[in-house]
Amino acid sequence: MSPSRNLKRVSDTLWELPRQGAMRVPGRVYASEELMAELRDDPSLDQVRNVATLPGIVGYSLAMPDIHWGYGFPIGGVAAFDPEDGGVISPGGVGFDINCGVRLLAVTGVKEKKVREHRGELGRALLEAVPAGTGRGGPLKLKAHELDQVGRGGARWAVERGFGGPEDLLHCEEGGCAAWADPEPVSADARIRGYDQLGTLGSGNHFLEVQAVEELYDAEAAARLGIDAITVLIHTGSRGFGHQVCDDFLETMQKASKAYGIELADRQLCAAPFLSPEGQAYFGAMGAAMNFAFANRQLVTHRVREVLARMFGERAEARVVYDVCHNIAKRETHAVGGRERELVVHRKGATRAFGPGHPMVPEAYRALGQPVLVPGDMGRYSYVLLGTARAGAETFGSCCHGAGRRLSRNKARAAARGRNIKKEMAARGVSLQAASLRGAEEEISDAYKDVADVVDVVVRAGLARPVARLRPFAVVKG
Amino acid sequence: MATHATPRWETFSHGADIGVRGFGPTREQAFEAAALALTGVITDPAQVRPSQRVEIACAGADEELLLYAWLNALITQMALRGMLFSRFEVSIAADALTGAAWGEPIDVARHRPAVEAKGATFTELRVRPGADGEWVAQCVIDV
Repeated sequence: MSPSRNLKRVSDTLWELPRQGAMRVPGRVYASEELMAELRDDPSLDQVRNVATLPGIVGYSLAMPDIHWGYGFPIGGVAAFDPEDGGVISPGGVGFDINCGVRLLAVTGVKEKKVREHRGELGRALLEAVPAGTGRGGPLKLKAHELDQVGRGGARWAVERGFGGPEDLLHCEEGGCAAWADPEPVSADARIRGYDQLGTLGSGNHFLEVQAVEELYDAEAAARLGIDAITVLIHTGSRGFGHQVCDDFLETMQKASKAYGIELADRQLCAAPFLSPEGQAYFGAMGAAMNFAFANRQLVTHRVREVLARMFGERAEARVVYDVCHNIAKRETHAVGGRERELVVHRKGATRAFGPGHPMVPEAYRALGQPVLVPGDMGRYSYVLLGTARAGAETFGSCCHGAGRRLSRNKARAAARGRNIKKEMAARGVSLQAASLRGAEEEISDAYKDVADVVDVVVRAGLARPVARLRPFAVVKG
Repeated sequence: MATHATPRWETFSHGADIGVRGFGPTREQAFEAAALALTGVITDPAQVRPSQRVEIACAGADEELLLYAWLNALITQMALRGMLFSRFEVSIAADALTGAAWGEPIDVARHRPAVEAKGATFTELRVRPGADGEWVAQCVIDV
């Protein structure tokens, strides 16, 4: 049945997919009328419904306005499960790139004009310092026991080895470390895939951008976050280590779904009760992959700092504003129906967005709310937002994570045919350094929706409030 | 029954990612062609020299899970060995596949790899003979 036939408008920015068939709860999608018009017949709405059939789901099967077709869960999907009520954990609710996420650095000690003037050289130096693209490993080669340490320690592991300072950890989701991580169930293949990938960017939509603050919506909040004129945005995840953990556990969960009698609307939704041995093994291994990603972004941060110091002198510093996860499942406490419940919250292509006063928000930002970083495409802009109490009440403290694609990779490449993307970007004042020309063609600006439309919805819905818009002038792509 | 000349492959669009589809007169050849499509996601397979052979074995409870396992085994081998493959051989007995892939280490300058394949998915996963008896083997790859 086409999803468009049964879609109820709840408000200006919220739509409901009422319960039907095996759905245990309704679905809810945040979108404007325009975004919903594009979505109406999209399979991603069926995926919102499918998620609603999983055991132990609480409240609603949610989707953010950057929703698009994913595997099992839609990208932009958020769902919480109650372990005490048979609630499940599903690798399809986390994704292949576990803890793919973004980290924002605020650069000080060098004038914007100077950095902008040297954007080409800076981009080239960054591409050299941070290996990007398929088939490129980093200089750091880890032994099996070191990978275990990374899997347990996350960004802390990197800081303890001199790649950054302890203050970096204060401004990361979970303090840069999934404390429950257990590398034990991580396969040998995952370890081999990850052994030389710490400090690398990867390919696809991953990037490293040097940006200028284009517009401030809340100058006071921006100042509190330390955002001045120049920022660096890092988008990468757990690389081959996390991909393999996902692959391995999809197989485990296929069997587990059968064993626990979980009816699957889509095989990619395979899951196990959170408290089962399979559920716990995945939770531990996923935590280790999360930590690999935190350590990866910490390593990249360190390389960026080295490049800045080399080019602009020791006074050029890059402070971590915040580091958020896009693809994770975590235990979090949320008030549901007037009572506090400890739930397993899946965010797949969604960002945590805790409001002011939440104890998980770093002390320096607690009065403001948690920074939410929303990257756009390489030719436009990214946003810094702050989480709200309303997000806490409506979406298990969650918000959007990006623009979402408009064109498939094949169509993007067709659209880029005969064009010189690097030149086009240069004409817009952006230096593009790409490890792969074809990769860059697949990531052209026109391939993405305008992230401003997505941000507009979450702001109007009250899930976040805007602080700043950042425009890139040097872009490194995998 | 019509005879189908050579196995062939194509990629197809899927949201943020990309699908691979192999066609062949037999199920095995469709699997081999799908593997070539997987390489096609990353680079032009014609640029990959089939100079080293890698043995591959995997299992799956049904044909579709077997295709899923085969493509994932190839993705894992590409990542572990830093290789790309351009020639494949598959034999299937019940739920087990034994096969081989021939290729060479990635040469970034020559292969200009586009994206990295993260894993095969169950999305659009299909293995079946068409009305004309030609087999189709396909699924979406997360990149």
